[in-house]
Formats: sequence, structure tokens, C-alpha cells
Amino acid sequence: MTQDDLTIADPKMKAQGVDVFYGDKQAINNVSIDVGTDLVTAFIGPSGCGKSTFLRSLNRMNDTVASAKVTGRIELDGEDIYAPSMDVVQLRARVGMVFQKPNPFPKSIYDNVGYGPRIHGLAPTKADLDVIVERALVRAGLWDEVKDRLLESGTALSGGQQQRLCIARAIAVDPEVILMDEPCSALDPIATAKIEELIHELRGKYAIVIVTHNMQQAARVSQRTAFFHLGTLVEYGKTTDIFTNPKQERTKDYITGRYG
Amino acid sequence: MAVVNDHTVKAFDEDLNRLRGLISEMGGRAEQALLQAMTALHKGDLDLAAQVVRDDKKIDALEAEVEQLAVQTIALRAPMADDLREMIAALKIVSVVERIGDYAKNIAKRVALMDQTRSIEAIPLLMSMSSIVAELIHDALDSFAARDAELAVRVTVRDKNVDDFYNSIFRTLVTFMMENPKYISESAHLLFVAKNLERMGDHATNIAEMVYYVVTGEHMEERERGEQPEDGAAEQEQG
Repeated sequence: MTQDDLTIADPKMKAQGVDVFYGDKQAINNVSIDVGTDLVTAFIGPSGCGKSTFLRSLNRMNDTVASAKVTGRIELDGEDIYAPSMDVVQLRARVGMVFQKPNPFPKSIYDNVGYGPRIHGLAPTKADLDVIVERALVRAGLWDEVKDRLLESGTALSGGQQQRLCIARAIAVDPEVILMDEPCSALDPIATAKIEELIHELRGKYAIVIVTHNMQQAARVSQRTAFFHLGTLVEYGKTTDIFTNPKQERTKDYITGRYG
Repeated sequence: MAVVNDHTVKAFDEDLNRLRGLISEMGGRAEQALLQAMTALHKGDLDLAAQVVRDDKKIDALEAEVEQLAVQTIALRAPMADDLREMIAALKIVSVVERIGDYAKNIAKRVALMDQTRSIEAIPLLMSMSSIVAELIHDALDSFAARDAELAVRVTVRDKNVDDFYNSIFRTLVTFMMENPKYISESAHLLFVAKNLERMGDHATNIAEMVYYVVTGEHMEERERGEQPEDGAAEQEQG
């Protein structure tokens, strides 16, 4: 395979020579990768390999860790997201995140989804907000299940529904990128399948990056896979190539279950 | 590439080892069936020929066992990368080896029909051809056991010798038939024997190509294979 095959024509996000440190400890070493809107990118690798750290550097979630320091350049639409002029709140609206455990606000289903658009000023009127909430819930595949109980608490939903609610919440502010950090690890296979189907539906509308420990899931939902190990990006390639014929021995050992 | 069995889940290694063992056993039986069928043909040994026909059931049973184990392993272990390629290759290789066994059985069944043909000069040629084919089968399966892509490539190259033999035997038998019309029926049987041997060589090549895929993840390039034989005779006979 030539390098050209892997080029992303119009990258949404571009990371160049990124290092991440927690105090003296270097967690990410010189990682460069592009993320596009038409392709779902999966980050895989053993626990502690830095994939989540790197994911969190893509919307400056690491800012919340006092000792964390990010160097190198990360761009969103060509703009340096670590530039002093960057509005972090705005950035996190454009680069949304879904976490391992569903974390709905202890508020109604409606408010969970409507909160972001409201504070970002996306919905001048209640009618506008109704439209945004419905559209986000439809896109997240949750509308039919909750349309008659929008005022019930989000925490009353099942785990799988809560996770889709969190995805609806991320979608509601009309992001450009969605980062998912093991979004299905707390879900049963049916709820997992629904999230995976959702990722499939959302592909092309948003640039999606998913961190997963589930090899089959990475193979199912992504078109590009990046394998991280000990803070470095060991191999990046088409998902089909990574899982049938990885080029690096370390990738092979990991995906075939020989690691460690 | 060395054969390393070091999966974190040891039961996976056990499944793989069992699979490899079954395929080796199956290949050994197919090779033996070929040699016994040819010995039976050479000596007119009807008992040995009957044994080859009987033993083919064991090859078929091994194929079923490998298929079952491979399907089970794919379902339970979700193999990836070279492990996945090995499962797919195992399924394809056993169906090829089963065909080789069938060709040996087919040769064995012809022994009883050819009592009076001992003096036909093609027989020594067929014996030589069969030992080359047996070696190819042996080496193809060795290349699988050892994950040896180079040996696999050499098998495909050497298949050309089998094709040359076939063309030569074809001409010899046609000439013989013209000169000895009363042996046409026996000669026709020997032509089928030669064709069976030629097909077995092709199947050894198929195994070698699968091994190459398992080891490298790539399909064997046309240039790495032996050149296609200019066997006008083979083409005619196939058509």
C-alpha cells in the first residue's frame, strides 16, 4: 500500500508531532494523524498506551488536568486549537465528546439535550429548541423510545438509552467532530449494536473518532484504525488492512491476542 | 516466519495446534494414498488398490473434523490477522487435500480394469511423474507446517515439471494407441491417471498459494508462480 492511499483529502482535524506530558511523564510521543469527516477513525491499543490521552487532547479535555502539557500542533479546520485566541468552550461544542460511562445530567431528557444549544445561544425560542431537541434525539436513534416521556429524568433511562442520550446531547450543539471514549464498554450487546448502527448513520455528517478496547467493534465501525502502544502511534491504516494484514509486528501481536 | 504459539489465551494455541496437526495428518494420508495407488497400478495389486479406496474415507473424515474445528475457532476466538488468514487457508487447504485423496482413489479404482497393460511404456513415466507429484504435495504441506513462503513459491515453480511430464505422457500414449489399437481402452485409463496426477500437482500449487497468503498476507504474484505450461495437449484434453 502506498502512503497516498491513506491521505485524507479534506481533514477536519490535523495533529502534527503531538507530545503530551503529565508532569515529567511523557504519555504521548510525537503523534501525527489526520481525521476526516467521511471516515470513522478507531484508536486501539492496550490500557495505558495513551489513546485516551491523545483523544482528550483533541478537544483540550486535558486542560482540566493541572499537570498535563500538550506540545505540537493540533488543528481544527486549519486553526490551532491550542492558540491563546481559541475559545475552549466553543471548541468543545465543535468537538463533542461521549464518555465510557453514560453521564446524563440529573435533569429531564429534554433538558439534557436542550441545555447545550440553549447556553450556546443556538435556540432563540422554545419552538426552535423543540426542533433541535427532536432532531438530535432522532439522529441518536432515541426519539421513538422517549418522545412521550421527555420530561422524565435522563437518569431513569436504561444504560444503552442513557448513552444514546449523551450522543444526542453531543449532537444537539451541532458539532463538527465527535470523540467517543469507549462508548459501549458499559453496554449490553443490543445497546452496543444500536450505538454502532448510530455511528454508521452519523458517518459523513461528523468526523468521528472512537477509542475502543473491543477489536471487533473497531473492525465493524471504523474505516481507519490507529494502533497506539507506549505513547506512540505504531501503525495507522485502513481498518481492513490492520485487521487482516497488519504491517507492524506489535500491531499483529496485539490484535491477535499475543500482547503482553 | 517462525510458528509461535504465545496467545494470552492458551486454549487458542491448543486449538491452532490441533488444527495444524489434523491438516498434517490429512496431507500425509493423501500423499500415502497417491503412492499406494501408483504402486498398486504398477504391480497390479488389487488388495492395495482396494485399501486406498477404503482409506479415502479417513481423509474425508479429517476434512470434516478440520472444518468443524475451524468454524468453531472462528466463532469462539474471533481470530485476527495471521490467525484469521490461517483459518481461511485451513478451510481451503483441506478441501484441496480432499480432492487429492479423491484423485488417488480414482487411480486405485482403475487398477482392476488394466490387467494386461503392464508392458505399456508409459507406466514407468507415470511412476516418475507420481513421485514428483507426491513430493510437491509433501513440500506444500511442509510449507504450511513451517510457515515457509519460499518453499511455497518453489512448489509452484516445480509444478511446471509435472505439466511437462503430462505433455510427454500424453504424446507417448497417443502414439502407443495408434500403434496398438487393441490397448486403446487401457491407454485411455492411463491417460486419466496422468491427468489425475497433473491435477494433483495443480492442487499442490493451490496449497502453496494459500500458504504464501497465510505467511505474507499477500496473494502470490503471477511472476512468482511457475510459468504456465504450453501444454497444448492438456488444453485439448480438458476441452
